[in-house]
Amino acid sequence: MKYRIKAEGLLLALAALGMVTGALAQNVADMRDVTDERLQNPEDGNWLMFRRTYDGWGYSPLDDINTRNVDELKVAWTLSTGVTEGHQSPPIVNDGIMYITTPLNLVYAIDATNGNVIWQYRRTLPFDLSLMHPTNRGVALYGDKVYMATSDAMLVALDARTGALVWEKAIEDYRTGYYITMAPLAAKGKIMVGVSGGERGIRGFITALDSETGEQVWKTWTVPAPDEPGGDSWPPGTYEHGGASVWVTGNYDPERNVTYWGTGNGGPWIGEARPGDNLYTSSVVALDIDTGALKGYHQYHWNDSWDWDEVSTPMLIDVQRNGRDIPALIHPGRNGYLWTLERKDDGSIGFIDAKPFVYQNVFTSIDPVTGRPTYNMDAKPGLGRAGTYCPSLSGGKNWTPAGYNPDTQMIYIPANDNYCTTLAGEEVEYRPGQNYTGTTGSRASIREGTDYIGEMQAWNVNTGEKVWSQKFDLANWGPVMTTGGNLVFSGGMADRYFRAYDARNGRILWQERLNSGITGVPTTYEVNGKQYIAIQSGWGVDASRMQRAIDTIKGEETIVPQGGVLWVFALED
Amino acid sequence: MSRQDKSRTDTNRRKMLGCMCALGVGLPVIAEAQDPAAMEAPKENDFLAYAYGDKAGQPVAVDDLAVAEKQVFAFAMDPASGLVKNGTRMNQVLLVRLDPATLSADTIARSVNGLVAYSGVCSHTGCDVTDWNSEFNRFQCPCHESQFDPSDSARVVGGPAPWQLAALPLKEVDGKVAVAAAFEGRLGFMQPGLSPFGI
Repeated sequence: MKYRIKAEGLLLALAALGMVTGALAQNVADMRDVTDERLQNPEDGNWLMFRRTYDGWGYSPLDDINTRNVDELKVAWTLSTGVTEGHQSPPIVNDGIMYITTPLNLVYAIDATNGNVIWQYRRTLPFDLSLMHPTNRGVALYGDKVYMATSDAMLVALDARTGALVWEKAIEDYRTGYYITMAPLAAKGKIMVGVSGGERGIRGFITALDSETGEQVWKTWTVPAPDEPGGDSWPPGTYEHGGASVWVTGNYDPERNVTYWGTGNGGPWIGEARPGDNLYTSSVVALDIDTGALKGYHQYHWNDSWDWDEVSTPMLIDVQRNGRDIPALIHPGRNGYLWTLERKDDGSIGFIDAKPFVYQNVFTSIDPVTGRPTYNMDAKPGLGRAGTYCPSLSGGKNWTPAGYNPDTQMIYIPANDNYCTTLAGEEVEYRPGQNYTGTTGSRASIREGTDYIGEMQAWNVNTGEKVWSQKFDLANWGPVMTTGGNLVFSGGMADRYFRAYDARNGRILWQERLNSGITGVPTTYEVNGKQYIAIQSGWGVDASRMQRAIDTIKGEETIVPQGGVLWVFALED
Repeated sequence: MSRQDKSRTDTNRRKMLGCMCALGVGLPVIAEAQDPAAMEAPKENDFLAYAYGDKAGQPVAVDDLAVAEKQVFAFAMDPASGLVKNGTRMNQVLLVRLDPATLSADTIARSVNGLVAYSGVCSHTGCDVTDWNSEFNRFQCPCHESQFDPSDSARVVGGPAPWQLAALPLKEVDGKVAVAAAFEGRLGFMQPGLSPFGI
C-alpha cells in the first residue's frame, strides 16, 4: 500500500506535465536511476546503499562538516516515523531524495533538503507474525526501484518515484521462523538478501532475485547438505535446522566478481547438540555474484556454543602487512577478535592474523596459518553444563557496522567489553517457528574490577594496532559513519546522545541529545552544495534487552523512551 | 489488514511456494495445514489436545500434568470430528497446573483441578511463550524476556509485554480438559505505537 500526501501528489502530477518547477517536484523528476556504474563509483554527495559503497566502509568523502566546525551543527529538520522499537536503517539518498525504513516495514521517501514526505509505503504484515527482531535495516536502490526485505520474509519492489508496488516475492515462509531484517544488496541486475531465524531452527541461505521480475536467479545455502562440500561437518539429520542465518547486507568486490556475506551461529545454539565444525556457521562466505557458487570461506570459530553470530560482513580494505600489499577483509568479530583475511583472486579467503579487541576468555590459541582457534572448554557451554564466557552472547561487536576511513587508515569499532554470559544447553525438539536455541539459565555478568562496557575503538589497518579508544559505562550499540572531514559519527547508548568524534584521536567534538536511544546507521549527503548528517533514533530490540540485563545486575532502572525520529543536521547558512 | 489485502498476499505466497517446489526446495510443513476448520478459534466444549511430542493430538486428561511443571502447548480439538485446530499458531494454548490455593479469584474461576490455560502468543511482539521460570512459577518469553504470572490471569510481571496473555476458561468433561468459553482478552500483539497505522 502506498500513501502519498495529497498536495504533494498533485505537485508530482503537475510536475509530470511540466506545469510546476517547485523544488520538491524538481527533485523527484530530476532524480537519476541507479546504475551499476553509479553504485561502483557514487557521487560524493550521494549515499546509495547500506554502507554507501560496496566495500562496506561507511565512509563519505564529504568534508564541509569537519573537525573545525562540527560543534556548530544544528538541527535542519526532523520527522517522526510513528513507530516504536529499534530504528536501524540508514537514510539512503539519491539526488536529494531520501529513503528510510522502520520497524514493521514502512518506507518513507522524503525530500532530503526539508523533510517533506513524498510518499509512504506500509507493508501489511500477517496477523500471526512473530517478531523476534522488530526492526529493518534499510532499502536497496537499483534502476528506478526501491527494494525492501520484510519481517514476513518477503522482498518488495517499489517505484522509487511514486512508491507504487511493482512486485513482491516470498523469499521463504515466515511461519517456519524465517524473517529478514537486512537491507538488500543490489548489483548486476540482481537483488540479494539473506535470511534470519537461526534461533528458530531455520536453515540459512542467500538468494538473488532478478531486479526487474523478482524471479529467483540463484540460491545458496549457508548450511550444506550431507552430499555437498562441508556437509560432513554436521551429524546426520541436523543440517536442516542448522541455522547460519544471514543478518546483514553483503559486500561486493567487482574486480573479483565476488560477493562476501557474514553468517550466524548454528542451531541449536549449543555445539554439543551438533558435534563437528558445522560449516558455514560463524563464517564469511565468498560467492560468485553471477551464479551464487561458493568460491571460498573462512570460519572464524568452529562448533559455536556462544551465540556468536558473525553476521557483519568484513570490510574490503587494501592493507600493508610486513611489506606486502594485501587485498584484505577486515572483521571485528562478535567473538571479540579483530580478523584480517586476504581476498584471493580466485575467490578463496586466506588468513592473515587475528587479535582480541575486547577481553575474551574462550580462545587459547589461533593457528598462525589457518586462523583456527583452540578453546578453553570450561568456557564452552555444553548440554547440561554451564559455561561462563566473555564477551557475552551479544559479542564484542554485534551487527552494528564498523567503519573505515581511508584518510586516517583506521577502522572504528563500536565495541562492548567486560560483559559476559553464563549459559547452559538442554535438549530441544524442533517445532516449526518456535524457539530452537536449546539453552537454559542464561545470566549476564560484568567482570569484577572493571569500570566500562561500551567503547569506540580506532585501529590502524596497516600496523594492526589500536590507536585510540573512548570508554563508556553504558553499552554501545551504535553503527559508525566516518567522513572526509575527519569525523566519526555514532550514537548507540542509553544516554540518547548522538556524537561526533575526531577520527584521528577520538576526542568528542560534538554531541546532541535526541528523543530516544540511537541504533540507526548514520549517513551524510549533499544537496545544492550543502552537506547534511542524518540519523534515525528509536531504541529497542537487542540494545534495550542488554540494557535491561545490565540494570538487573546493577539493581537500577534505566528508562529509554521509544519512538522513531529521523534527525537531520547541518551547518547554518 | 483488509480481506482483500490478505487474499492478495496469500495468493502470491502460494505462487512462490509453487515455484520453490519446482526448484526442488523443501516445503515448510506448516504451510500445508490450510484446512479452514483448523484455523477456527477454540470454543466451548472443545477438548484440549497436546500440540507436540509423543502425545501430540491426544486429549489432555485433568490429572495429566504435575503441579508447577513447565507448561505444555496444546490446541483445541473438536469433540465430534476430532479435528485438532492447529492451523494457526494464534490457536496455541499454554497449559500449566498450579496449586489451587495459589490462584487468584479470577484465575481459579477459569481453572479445573489447578489447570490454567492461556494464549501461547506473547502480547509484546507475538513470539511463542515457550520458557518456564521454575523459581517463581512464571511463563517467560524467549524473545524479550517478558514474564507472566499464570496464577493471576497471566498478568505481566517482567519485561516489555504491554498486557497479560489472553485466558482460556477450562472445565472437565469425562475426565478430560475442555474449553469452557472462548479466549478472554486480546490475542496476539498490537502494541500501541508499534502499530504504524494509528490504531
